[in-house]
Amino acid sequence: MSKSNLKVVNNKTRSVDGHAEMMGRPLYTDDYAPHGSLVCRMLRSPHAFAHIKNIDTSKAEALNGVKCVLTYKNVPHVAMSRAGQAAPSPSPIDKFILDEYVRYVGDEVACVAAINERIAEDALKLIEVEYEVFEPVLDYKKAFQNKTVIHPEEGISQAFEMGFRPKDNVAASYEMQVGDVESALKKCEVVIEHTAESQAQAHAMMEPHCSNARLDDHNRLVIYTCTQTPFHMRRILAKTLGMPLNGVRIVKPRVGGGFGGKQAFHCEFFVALVTLRTGLPSKMVYSREEVFGASYTRHPMCITMKIGADKDGTIRAIDCRALSDTGAYGEHALTVFMIVGSKVLPLYNKVDAVRFGGRVVYTNHVPAGAYRGYGAIQGNYVLESAIDILAEKLHMSPIELRLKNSMKEKETSPIFEIMGEGTKGTPMIMESCKLPYCITRGAELIDWDKKYPRIQVGPHTIRSVGMAIAMQGSGIPYMDMGSSSIKLNDDGSYMVTSGATDIGQGSDTVITQIVAEELMTSVDRVTIYSSDTDLTPFDVGAYASSTTYVSGNAALRAAQKMKARLIREAAAILEVKEDDIDFDGKVFVAGDKSIKLADLASRITYSKDMHQVAVTESFFGRVSPPPFMAGYVEVEVDTETGEYQLVNYVSVVDCGTTINPMLARGQVEGGIVQGYGMASCESVIYNKTGKLLTNNFSTYHIPTHKEINKLTTEFADSYDPTGPFGAKSVGEIGIDTPPAALCNAIYNAVGVRINDLPITPEKILTAMKEKEEKKEQ
Amino acid sequence: MEVTFILNHIKVTYNVRPDEYLAESLREHGILSVRVGCDESTCGSCTVLIDEKPAMSCSVLTAQVEGKHVTTVEDIQDEANLIADYFSDEGADQCGFCLVGFALVIHALCREYEDPTDEEIKNYLVGNLCRCSGYNAQFIAVKKYLAEVKKHVKK
Repeated sequence: MSKSNLKVVNNKTRSVDGHAEMMGRPLYTDDYAPHGSLVCRMLRSPHAFAHIKNIDTSKAEALNGVKCVLTYKNVPHVAMSRAGQAAPSPSPIDKFILDEYVRYVGDEVACVAAINERIAEDALKLIEVEYEVFEPVLDYKKAFQNKTVIHPEEGISQAFEMGFRPKDNVAASYEMQVGDVESALKKCEVVIEHTAESQAQAHAMMEPHCSNARLDDHNRLVIYTCTQTPFHMRRILAKTLGMPLNGVRIVKPRVGGGFGGKQAFHCEFFVALVTLRTGLPSKMVYSREEVFGASYTRHPMCITMKIGADKDGTIRAIDCRALSDTGAYGEHALTVFMIVGSKVLPLYNKVDAVRFGGRVVYTNHVPAGAYRGYGAIQGNYVLESAIDILAEKLHMSPIELRLKNSMKEKETSPIFEIMGEGTKGTPMIMESCKLPYCITRGAELIDWDKKYPRIQVGPHTIRSVGMAIAMQGSGIPYMDMGSSSIKLNDDGSYMVTSGATDIGQGSDTVITQIVAEELMTSVDRVTIYSSDTDLTPFDVGAYASSTTYVSGNAALRAAQKMKARLIREAAAILEVKEDDIDFDGKVFVAGDKSIKLADLASRITYSKDMHQVAVTESFFGRVSPPPFMAGYVEVEVDTETGEYQLVNYVSVVDCGTTINPMLARGQVEGGIVQGYGMASCESVIYNKTGKLLTNNFSTYHIPTHKEINKLTTEFADSYDPTGPFGAKSVGEIGIDTPPAALCNAIYNAVGVRINDLPITPEKILTAMKEKEEKKEQ
Repeated sequence: MEVTFILNHIKVTYNVRPDEYLAESLREHGILSVRVGCDESTCGSCTVLIDEKPAMSCSVLTAQVEGKHVTTVEDIQDEANLIADYFSDEGADQCGFCLVGFALVIHALCREYEDPTDEEIKNYLVGNLCRCSGYNAQFIAVKKYLAEVKKHVKK
């Protein structure tokens, strides 16, 4: 197959939802809360680690207007994982809805539901809690076997062996090795070692976490919620609350951004319990402070890369050790950790030996969870900085070193078979990999040869460039499943119901295009409704860069089945063989006989042999074809202040066919800027007692229109035979390169390497001064 | 307390608490286009126009708009639809939560500046955060929209 005759896919198509969003229609979760819903607010722990010795809610309950107060004493005590993943849970089962222990400042103590927010807030102040406060663990490097045990409780477990050792504060651990790294490193002519740390980046999606609940006409629990995983949510919620699965309906309306932060549970258990207890509709909306301080963050990590190479630049061995901080609970502890290895180290696939391993530890910080990049950005920052260090030592250009050693088409890496997400992986050959093109084209676009490493542009102003390469995946093979149903309307238009979870990334548009392309029609003849556990077929949800590839393949199969079914219908009506029919999307023709699709649809609905034509198809990946990219950054650095500006960020991406080139660009550029925020300005600061201080947009600075001057984004001409119309994923790949590319660019500008994110002017200036002082000595 | 103001050209009287903010009052009265992203005037999602100037309704007391003109996106539907064309054509719309705020700010920008420079545009948009788009496509969309508006004004 090729892209040349595509008419809808790979063509300019407007998003199906953008206009309604800009015109302010009620579309998001909180817009669906029934008027007069009970308002739920949470009492949160002021301590980083404490035991609730006593909790008295009687005064709060007595307050006029309070309808319900939940504490650990009156909610089911069933251990679960809030991570929002497939079954069996690849994250430790270490969380209770409410618990007698609180493990971070912001942890849930009690939930109040009242007739309005004011009364709910007043009631929180009337709850009397007596805490036994413990010494918290606030430094993840000191967490392992600390005398403070964060999860001493009974009843927590792991679904399979993942190194879960709560008595040692270890949520998960992992070790793997290909070949013999120690001896391979010994044989190398050049060996470098590099250690760097990354922070607990906040997702900072614009819509705060929120949910609302009501009972329907069958007395079933219906929850509207801004989630990335409606079907996992239904399963975990029903099981934890001891309800039948079909007693729960999860509806996902438009979602105001997720980035992984909405893969897990937030408000859902609480509105569910309040509505079940009171019979009344209820709602909960997180404050921005709660979004920052009581949801999830990226896993902070400290990673060491040791790389060995020959003098000619052949990389022989990579040894990667990592320590990850999962905070108070172990959501995505193992799976994020494994991605540090599995979606980073195969970039350099020609090594004789490679090793990866380390621990994920508990601390008394805000729990970490899924976040776009999912370990790959942490690993990429350190590996791609280390590659530049190696290049300098070898007196080679960083581009040359990467071109020589990186993944090429039709190649593979043994890591794919060894490492999956939580479990064993799947072997695969790179059927599409235009990484060499991405690297060379990116260099052209940034004008590398003229600008590398730096140009003095003013008395104390330097312009410099830096680069990095990256890979990701396309869903989790043999684990992630998506489905779509298509039904024919009586005018010949189509209704698609898809489990794929549009959280703003545009999957509704992409799936509409795929269906329209296959059925040879236009997008306005295809209506999509997505993600409602009652109405749409199953889909694991929006995570692991799976939607275009997994759900898109499911939609393509459904459309293929619909086309075959329509031809069968037409053959019966025209009394010809199916093979004799030509269908162009509008008319079925067989010799001199023909019938229009619209007439066929009307006939089978109203006139003769009436029936509904509808199909459902599913897909799960046998492989996870990685998208690849090269990222190049140009910055202007003021050597007197350490301040720098982003001049241009060039991205050249191989994501196979871009189903929607504009939305694909949006995914890449949104990822670049989110990654650039992590790299440059998103500082995370806790005080000495473990309270997160950077808990609003004034103290936690995310990029604005002012910081972003120029982004240059191109796509490689690439086609993956396993993807829908040749597509791979594009949701996460954009976020991976900025930390390393920026770190390399700053080094190229002023000769200092900042080894903990974000790279702030203060750190640059301090490092420059230290370097200067060393020189003088 | 009672507060009377002009909401999208119609005189309305809301019964509110003295400490109630405009975003809450509007949502409570069914104006759900007002989206609250931070509740502390740092993200711009809840932008409305007060006497034609952009304001973050999460941080304006309802009592403060007594006698004033308040405009929400419901009043500029044609314009929002057209701005959405430009955003969609650049792929600048993703989750959409910030878009109403942008529509209102762009509306005000067009009326305050005849021919804004890039820097003036950026200064005008800086208070409206977007975590999805990376801003680049948005900025291109805004520039193209402003050029189109200018053409029409000249005619």
